[in-house]
Amino acid sequence: MVVVELITGRTLDQGATVEEKLSEEYFKAVSYIELNEEDFKLLGLKEGDSVKVSTDFGEVVVFAKKGEVPRGVAFIPMGPYANMVIDPTTDGTGMPQFKGVKAKIEKTGERVKTVKELLEAI
Amino acid sequence: MEDVICTFCGSVCDDGEFDTEKKKVKKFCRLGSSKFAEKQRIKAPMIDGKEVSYETAIEKAAEILANAKKPLLYGWASTANEAIRVGVLLAEKLGGVYDQCASVCHAPGTLAVIEEGLPGATLGSIKNRADVVIFWGANPAEAHPRHGLRYSISAKGLLVKDRKQRKVVVVDVRPTKTAKMADMFVQIKPGYDYAIISALRAIISGNAEVVPSEVGGVAKEKLIELAEIMKKAKYGAILYGLGVTQSRGRDRNVENAIKLIQLLNRTTRWVIWPMRGHYNVVGAGEVPAWEVGYQYAIDFSRGYPRFSPAEFSAVEVLKRKDCDAALIVASDPVAHFPKIAVKHLKQIPVIQIDPYPNMTTLLAKVVIPSAVYGIEAEGTAYRMDCIPLRVKKIIETSYWTDEKILEEILKRVEKLKG
Ligand code: SF4
Repeated sequence: MVVVELITGRTLDQGATVEEKLSEEYFKAVSYIELNEEDFKLLGLKEGDSVKVSTDFGEVVVFAKKGEVPRGVAFIPMGPYANMVIDPTTDGTGMPQFKGVKAKIEKTGERVKTVKELLEAI
Repeated sequence: MEDVICTFCGSVCDDGEFDTEKKKVKKFCRLGSSKFAEKQRIKAPMIDGKEVSYETAIEKAAEILANAKKPLLYGWASTANEAIRVGVLLAEKLGGVYDQCASVCHAPGTLAVIEEGLPGATLGSIKNRADVVIFWGANPAEAHPRHGLRYSISAKGLLVKDRKQRKVVVVDVRPTKTAKMADMFVQIKPGYDYAIISALRAIISGNAEVVPSEVGGVAKEKLIELAEIMKKAKYGAILYGLGVTQSRGRDRNVENAIKLIQLLNRTTRWVIWPMRGHYNVVGAGEVPAWEVGYQYAIDFSRGYPRFSPAEFSAVEVLKRKDCDAALIVASDPVAHFPKIAVKHLKQIPVIQIDPYPNMTTLLAKVVIPSAVYGIEAEGTAYRMDCIPLRVKKIIETSYWTDEKILEEILKRVEKLKG
């Protein structure tokens, strides 16, 4: 298990598929986490393995990807997978904390849910 | 057709060419081209998944809204001002809550502007004048791919003629695609924006001695170097993104950044502006601001508008279970809200108006498909710098516009409510 600060944000693929949310392409664009190479190794991961991301606010299973993030930081594209684990506190602004949430990452045998299954599970 | 306008991101590019035969757009970026590509649409209005006529769906929507004690009317970023105007009137008539996508996007900036004002500029003046551009927590290479070319990185301006005459700095927590195009990349630790802005303010105001050797993962020398670049700029621009508004500090980060700009303006010229994401998210705030005085999180339940993001932003209303129906227009809160807010949306009747099926469609009781502004309908939209542009209709459709659908709902609600 590694502990990271989770950030979420836009990507080109997320943007290009955002008007096709029920498509396979959108699913692929938003259901992964980018981890630093060292964290990736530490967890004994191969590209495409499933990892469980847990925070104080929920958990979600996503695909693992090596990414250009600093060690101890992880990135999930904005969207339904990220929103399962972000901090919903708005501190009076209306804005949940979509960036900078402490998260535990561990390898898992669990399958990544489809967008529909994710919604059913809420 | 020439001079076609892109209704995808806040850059609202106005120089596209549409090939009517091939139904393809030229010049736009990957995001803009995806906007114009044919894709799955909501075929017909639906109630509980069964296809019905526009009239029946509208009747049902009006009935749900009129019977609700406090409906939430949310979305509006991806539609035209004309539709938003009717949406605000509808929220008022219903005694509901009007909120818009900025509340999970740039709204903290709005709060900062209420406190400090906004020393801003149009994209045109940034293109023509800015010799230093700082992208702070913003990644236009992925969120506004042509912004750099048209206005901010390699744009050819009147006074700043090309890339060589412009210094580009990126402040971010990871080396984004935009960071790779920059002359200087300042990598910071997540959540340290406020501290770093404060350090820059201290250095620029001649108090460098109070700054420790490292702030938020950045060495003091590097901060001094950045402060020097800022002081020497003839015309600088900070263009900030969600990296600033969505992380720790939120509105306070923007407030601090505006104070930094005010300080710089004692000796040179600096501006600051948010990199707004959806093509008309500015309109979703400006239209209610001209109509009722506030940009978002507006409650009409007492018969007059009240503004309080802590209570009336969509996420807070849903978390508190303080709405008993929702009308979602031109957005997809089910995909973009935290889980706990989605949970309440699953429990109340949801009406959706949108051209495309999305996650909100999956739980909506009434779904009403609409025409796409900028492709199938014309209207007005604000670019991210508050410049209104007339978006064009380039192809025919039988889909109704958001404006027409909302007007019909409003008419029926007026009858039901008396
Ligand atoms: S930069 Fe934005 S507005 Fe311009 S073409 Fe790309 S998506 Fe459209």
